[in-house]
Amino acid sequence: MSRIKTPRKLSNPPIIRGFNPYGPLVDLTKTESVILHYEEFEAFKLCDYDHLTHHQASILMHISRPTFTRIYASARSKIAISFAEGRQIEVEGGKIYFESDWYHCNQCQSHFNNPDRMLQLTNCPLCGSEQIENAKQEDKSITDREEISMHLVCAHCGYDVNMQVINRYSKTHCPHCKRLMRGNSVLKNQI
Amino acid sequence: MKTAITSLKACMDSEVDLQFGHCGCFVIYDSTNGSIEFLPNPYRENKEQAGLLAIQLLHGKNVQKIISGDFGQKVKPILDSHKIQMIILSNTNITIRKIIELLQEQSVKTT
Ligand SMILES: [Zn+2]
Ligand SMILES: [Zn+2]
Repeated sequence: MSRIKTPRKLSNPPIIRGFNPYGPLVDLTKTESVILHYEEFEAFKLCDYDHLTHHQASILMHISRPTFTRIYASARSKIAISFAEGRQIEVEGGKIYFESDWYHCNQCQSHFNNPDRMLQLTNCPLCGSEQIENAKQEDKSITDREEISMHLVCAHCGYDVNMQVINRYSKTHCPHCKRLMRGNSVLKNQI
Repeated sequence: MKTAITSLKACMDSEVDLQFGHCGCFVIYDSTNGSIEFLPNPYRENKEQAGLLAIQLLHGKNVQKIISGDFGQKVKPILDSHKIQMIILSNTNITIRKIIELLQEQSVKTT
């Protein structure tokens, strides 16, 4: 029996579909575009935008560290090719999925996910009630969110803190100055 | 739209089986024609991958929703990737008959 492959996990779909180079020597009709897979995009973003280590990023993507490193290297090489050769980048799906949001029905008390993030859920799929609400994030058994302990230093005020970060680490606010800790808001190391 | 319900036994008055991969039987209700299929779970006794194999089976039958007592950490991502909706019951003493009645009421409302 062949092993069933686990698809890679992404936090959110990329907001862009691709990039176009421009300049006097760029001729898009003569070059093939570079296909950057979602997972490569995500790996590149987690490392070079969110400044996670390969270890932390591999945990978030639910893949092994060597696999992460391979995907990340491929992403960088493709971006380099695009820059050096003036080629278009197309961002495309690969073997990926998006973690769905979970809801709770106040009528029949069941929990359910929204399998298609492009569509909005208005009713409970079981009893049809409109009394539904987002399941609380701290309800781990339901939402299956990954928590990691991180040492964060706020880039604005220098506040130093160890905190539990849930998946969307990039939306973490500084407990001291309340500003968003992201990008260069240093993420020192995992505990 | 096909919905699979995990059931202890292959009958309408059976209670829901709390486990997904190792459940006794899948009851597949098709809201487009009202048909109900009882499908004994061939992977019930499997030591490994029962959940993943069950997903392949149900996905192959075009099931788009699964109602059960819980879903394991391994099967959730796979169901997410197939865009199959998971419904986790809080009241697990409910019979298959009652669940299908609820689903029937819903398909009446939406058509
Ligand atoms: Zn409900
Ligand atoms: Zn601060």
